[in-house]
Amino acid sequence: MSDEAERNLPVEGRAPRPHHWFDDEAGPVVRPYAMTRGRTSAATRHRLDLIALVVPEPAAEDPGRDQTLSPEHVEIVERCSEQPQSIAELAAGLDLPVGVVRVLVGDLVEDELVHVTRPVPPAELPDVNILREVINGLRAL
Amino acid sequence: MAFGRSSRTKPYVEPVTLKILVAGGFGVGKTTLVGAVSEIRPLRTEEMLSEAGRPVDDLHGVESKTTTTVAMDFGRITLREDLVLYLFGTPGQDRFWFLWDELAQGALGAIVLADTRRLEDSFAAIDYFERRGIPFTVAVNCFEGAQRFPAESVRGALDLDPEVELVMCDARDRESVKNVLVAVVEHALVLADRPRAAVTS
Repeated sequence: MSDEAERNLPVEGRAPRPHHWFDDEAGPVVRPYAMTRGRTSAATRHRLDLIALVVPEPAAEDPGRDQTLSPEHVEIVERCSEQPQSIAELAAGLDLPVGVVRVLVGDLVEDELVHVTRPVPPAELPDVNILREVINGLRAL
Repeated sequence: MAFGRSSRTKPYVEPVTLKILVAGGFGVGKTTLVGAVSEIRPLRTEEMLSEAGRPVDDLHGVESKTTTTVAMDFGRITLREDLVLYLFGTPGQDRFWFLWDELAQGALGAIVLADTRRLEDSFAAIDYFERRGIPFTVAVNCFEGAQRFPAESVRGALDLDPEVELVMCDARDRESVKNVLVAVVEHALVLADRPRAAVTS
């Protein structure tokens, strides 16, 4: 292989940029609505909070369950397998809009591959004891 | 198979997650403040909004719908293995106020970051948190080169309720930001100890 050709090869180990032949102005190759198959809201009963944590279920290791899942679904499960991640962190990490991540996580909840922790319910302040722990934790940082 | 990492022997720790909002005008240092205490580089998440489409998802008029992308910067502080605090910088532009409703749900408190050269930029945020009964603390970011004002005159200019705390801070300094966060949570604690009706009156 000539030097010239070698230079044009994608550099391995570089930050993943799957669509390197487009510039950023072109936007994502796969449009968000395609990833969600046109859906704008998830099937789950509750709107997933930005700080709701996505925790894999044991079934997420079950082979054969993933036939219907998109690569984005699989990546969400993989990211959360390391450590449960919040909806906001997943959106930032996958570089996807929050709305898209909500729909995809909703699918995974339906499939019982993950469950989602519910943060403090709306219109309720956290428990006084938790607030004290937060203050202690912040002072100890 | 796709998810076939090593089988886990230990169950996941499911921490309690909490959030504090950081509001204030454009360019007041919200992301700097988040970055000063976050254990991760502030991350950016985007929400696509269609202004014409709110509040109902109606498909009529889709062709003329304008979509806007709003970015929110956020950081994370793991206080304990089972207690994680997220900080969210609210979008600076007033016209995205409706996004705050979602951010504000379940927030334990808020910081209103103010710049004495542009105090009027803080009014919208103060007003919002007052109406919602969300505990907040005003932090004046002491920019280099900006004239320092006594806390009392800033309080007066912002027309703050006596119980709202106002602190001076340096949004770049970790210790300084920690103090602001402690002030917010302490204020939340005072309000939480009080019956709810008294807060909303």
